[in-house]
Amino acid sequence: MIIKQVSVFLENKRGRLNEVTHILGDAGINISAFTIADTSDFGILRLVVSDPDKAKKILKQNQFSVQTTDVVLVKTTNEPGSLAKLLEVLNSEEIFIEYMYSFSKNDDAAINVIRPVDIQKCMNILQSRKDKLLFTDEL
Amino acid sequence: MIWNEKIECATREEMSAIQSERLIKTVERVYHNVPSYRAKMQEKGLVPGDIKSVEDLSKLPFTEKTDLRDNYPFGMFTVPMSEIVRVHASSGTTGKPTVVGYTRNDLTMWSEVVTRTLCMAGVGQDDIVQIAYGYGLFTGGLGMHYGTENLGATVIPISGGNTQKQLQLMQDFGSSVIACTPSYALFLAEVMKENNIDPESLKLRVGIFGAEPWSENMRKEIEAKLKIKAIDIYGLSEVVGPGVSCECEEQAGMHINEDHFIPEIIHPETLEPMPPGEIGELVFTTVTKEGIPIIRYRTHDLTRLIYDKCKCGRTLVRMEKCMGRSDDMLIIRGVNVFPSQIESVLLEMSETEPHYLLIVEREGTLDVLKVMIEVQEQFFSDEIHKLEELKNKIKHNIQNTLGITVAVKLVEPKTIERTAGKSKRVIDNRKI
Repeated sequence: MIIKQVSVFLENKRGRLNEVTHILGDAGINISAFTIADTSDFGILRLVVSDPDKAKKILKQNQFSVQTTDVVLVKTTNEPGSLAKLLEVLNSEEIFIEYMYSFSKNDDAAINVIRPVDIQKCMNILQSRKDKLLFTDEL
Repeated sequence: MIWNEKIECATREEMSAIQSERLIKTVERVYHNVPSYRAKMQEKGLVPGDIKSVEDLSKLPFTEKTDLRDNYPFGMFTVPMSEIVRVHASSGTTGKPTVVGYTRNDLTMWSEVVTRTLCMAGVGQDDIVQIAYGYGLFTGGLGMHYGTENLGATVIPISGGNTQKQLQLMQDFGSSVIACTPSYALFLAEVMKENNIDPESLKLRVGIFGAEPWSENMRKEIEAKLKIKAIDIYGLSEVVGPGVSCECEEQAGMHINEDHFIPEIIHPETLEPMPPGEIGELVFTTVTKEGIPIIRYRTHDLTRLIYDKCKCGRTLVRMEKCMGRSDDMLIIRGVNVFPSQIESVLLEMSETEPHYLLIVEREGTLDVLKVMIEVQEQFFSDEIHKLEELKNKIKHNIQNTLGITVAVKLVEPKTIERTAGKSKRVIDNRKI
């Protein structure tokens, strides 16, 4: 499935991450996953949250640079080799990935968040190869 | 040695008489040959006959750097191009440089004033002068060059940069004088240390430093590290280039060659002339230049004038080291930088008003300009490489416009302090 990921620009300075999490927590927004892409002087915080539109609005009100980006969510089994299998499929179909990260919600499944260069092509391939992957519409 | 004792030690009455006579002729010449001067004088209801002596100087309209730019490239020259034998240009504020032209007489006059300044600094015929100012459109190199030749000293026209070669020639040729920017002098000292060159082993004894502001502390540092006497020289291309004024060996203010360049101090806001000794903005009127005479040019440098006779015997009025600027111009490694230039680069890259802050630091001996830019919606991308590209593009575009390398730092929105809605533009952390 395609979901909206929330991206926030952060300077590398103390307390900023803490602030973001507090703002979202106070607004009753749950964070399912987050990751930080960092460079020497800034970072991009990427979040999967319960209400991306509300998160964007509230972070903007708090003077953050925020964007929502469409990403692909793929569920795989939580066992050795399943991520390799997923990437093998994408690689064989020449899907280029800007970035991705994975998290696991419970013991038997892992959830992969993928930002492909061509999101529609990626979706089509995943749909057509459903047999090989545990692919779900539920978070 | 005093090169031109009659002028340099003239009484105030004698000097005023020379200035008055020359000023009257200059005003006459610009009124009849330069449309922009004529228009400005007419606006004030002035005709050349209204200027009867140097006392009337303050009646005349001011000239700004923008006037030169508006008349780019040769619009303010008072002679046909056939009489112009050389042009120089300084870094411009919006891509266009300010251009100045010299007749043969102008070059002779320029050499004369530079020769005077060299003598003030204690340089003589027996000296070997290594000129490490840039040669080219910049007035520093060629200005010092011809003045040194005119004096009869030996010129090493090495130009700027190439530090290893500078040191090699300094050792092999026995340079006794170095002319460069003060920050480059400190850099030379550092490289000497790295190369285990003992300054005591060199013949170097005098440094003539200009083209950027420097403090008494920096003077002490240079003198201690290079074991030389550090002399401050002042000039700007709009007036002539180096040689407008220079310290003598007393190091007690820079003697202005006021028979050619008449100084005034004005209040930077009211623009009214200020009493002698008060700090204000320095304004120059050239009274002998033929190519591009300049009337009441606002330097935007803040200083004061000292009219007392100097211990060296000269009576030429002295100006103190410049104490700052009345505008927001920064001098970074000898290059003039206006925050508005950076703003226009950023504006070209986005639709909305950019919020930025310039931070100037002195790292080691060199000035570093950092540009902080708020990442507003229009700049933000979810992908690191796009943000890195943005950073590089900003850096590249600024470098293309200004000719200097800057460090770019992306910061969060609203991190740059605003005063009355407007961002503070510049923080100068240089302890110079």
